[in-house]
Amino acid sequence: MDWGAIFSNAAGELISPTTAAYALAALGLAVHFGYTGLLNFGQAGFMALGAYGYAISILTFGLPVWGAFLVGVGASIVFALILGIPTLRLRADYLAIVTIAAAEIVRLLFTTNAFASVTGSANGLSGYKNEFAALNPLAPGTYGFGPFESNAYDTWLRIVAWSIVILAALFVWQIMRSPWGRVIKGIREDEDAVRALGKNVYAYKMQSLVLGGVLGTIAGMIFALPRAVVPSNYQTTLTFFIYAILLLGGAATVLGPIIGSMIFWVLLSFFSGFIARAVEAGWLPFMTGIQGSQLRFILVGVAIMLIVIFRPQGIFGNKKELAFVR
Amino acid sequence: MSVDTVPVTPTGPTGKPIKTIDLHVGEAAPGCQKRDPILVVDGVRRTFGGLTAVDVDHVEVPRGAITALIGPNGAGKTTLFNLLTGFDKPDAGKWTFDGRAISGVPAYRVARMGQIRTFQLTKALGLLTVMDNMLLGAKGQTGENLFRALLPFLWRKQESANEAKALDLLTRFKLDAKKDDYAASLSGGQRKLLEMARALMSDPTLVMLDEPMAGVNPALTQSLLDHILNLKAQGMTVLFVEHDMHMVRHIADWVIVMAEGKVVAEGDPHEVMKNPAVIDAYLGQHHDEDIGEDPEAEVMHVSAIKELLDDER
Repeated sequence: MDWGAIFSNAAGELISPTTAAYALAALGLAVHFGYTGLLNFGQAGFMALGAYGYAISILTFGLPVWGAFLVGVGASIVFALILGIPTLRLRADYLAIVTIAAAEIVRLLFTTNAFASVTGSANGLSGYKNEFAALNPLAPGTYGFGPFESNAYDTWLRIVAWSIVILAALFVWQIMRSPWGRVIKGIREDEDAVRALGKNVYAYKMQSLVLGGVLGTIAGMIFALPRAVVPSNYQTTLTFFIYAILLLGGAATVLGPIIGSMIFWVLLSFFSGFIARAVEAGWLPFMTGIQGSQLRFILVGVAIMLIVIFRPQGIFGNKKELAFVR
Repeated sequence: MSVDTVPVTPTGPTGKPIKTIDLHVGEAAPGCQKRDPILVVDGVRRTFGGLTAVDVDHVEVPRGAITALIGPNGAGKTTLFNLLTGFDKPDAGKWTFDGRAISGVPAYRVARMGQIRTFQLTKALGLLTVMDNMLLGAKGQTGENLFRALLPFLWRKQESANEAKALDLLTRFKLDAKKDDYAASLSGGQRKLLEMARALMSDPTLVMLDEPMAGVNPALTQSLLDHILNLKAQGMTVLFVEHDMHMVRHIADWVIVMAEGKVVAEGDPHEVMKNPAVIDAYLGQHHDEDIGEDPEAEVMHVSAIKELLDDER
């Protein structure tokens, strides 16, 4: 068995753009769920808006990269407002129901044949990478070393993706240690108490919903750049993977989503490489290759369960907090 | 209301708190006029389905005094509290605070005007430190704006001023040793103290306490009472809901009695208890007939009345 290839593929996931995209989406969810207590189950919808907003702007309207970026962000702000205006005055669980449904509506709107000329229907969209590649200042060639070696486009994408993640992490870290973050965390604990202290809870929740949604949207764009935009990528399972990453790293932390995403992708890649080769080598005679590719999700699920059972606060969470969980 | 000076609890030579007197004009009847009302309520009605929880024609709360709102269970005290603080919407009615109409104004704006409330079930923000709980109470914070939050130099100075003020209040409430602990680690009584201290961070003019003594052990009761008396000494007006009759008698300057959603009596705490309407409210108008409802509550109310009469002697 080629252990070298398994480990090198797994290590490559550590800094892949997809890992960065998941980290950013999980950071947005940390703002929603970890800090504000908003149960957003529609992060996949925000990501889809980012991916499609970017791709459609470039393919259909011929906008430059920054224009496409702004269209995606604008779409997610509108989406957050539409979700938030009716639901943020209600109890937290209503938002969960509305977001899960809204994300599905978004995905189905992108899938339906009615808009096939713009959205590409179930086949999705591709061929929007040239504009981003044109901004690449790197000369063609290979960069990096060992498992992290990649061509100029991928290296450029990695630099941009991880720079955005770092900037977003610094941004979230700064606002969460400010008085604004204190109000947000207060709302998570008891919004009536915060209201009684003269804070406009509704406005704060809306700001949080928009902010986390925009982070998810930018994540959607990063997610779309190494591949094509396909509607089936934005199913509810995507949201649950991001929740898994968030809980793995620690819900109300800044580093948690980032490290959580790295662990998630390294584990996923390791298990998929290991199982594929184990099936090939005949170690798992009862299993076909297709079954094997599903098994990795089961193993990742088991790994996450173990972490949640033995370290329920996540990797970066504060153990002290758990002593008081109701 | 400066926080630098810690006022001495205003007690007379006998150790009893000094009562504010001469608050009303004319006879002490339900809805009677006050010399200087801070809160004036007119025709407020709130129904839940077929039940009329609150139906108050007119009531005025005197400024600079401690007013108790009492009444048997289900009299509508907490509902009235929720309405006056913007946490609930009435079917009809209006009210003014400090001369400004605040009916229909959302809760957070009512609080910003200086009318701060606490809750019957204490709402300490568990996974925030005691200090963060306090800082949340401060008004007009620059750093609470999302964009200004990014630039710490804009709010650092205000933040340290607030921290100093919070520490001073915490010292007064004997919570300063706990300032870096999670509020969830405090005892029930300490949480009540924290909630009251937090309310004071905004320098309110009217403090509304919903059952400040509920679930507080007797050792802390006296200190809580002193803190409430201190609020008056610092020029604040206090309106509180309470079941503990000793406390009402001890610190209230004025008592408003509610029953079945209506104000049935008002007056000086010593006088009002002798009012037949109050005794009816607590014992039921048909207390000579066996109507077979909630005998436990009846026993409780009888003992409450007994306590009052004992106190009187």
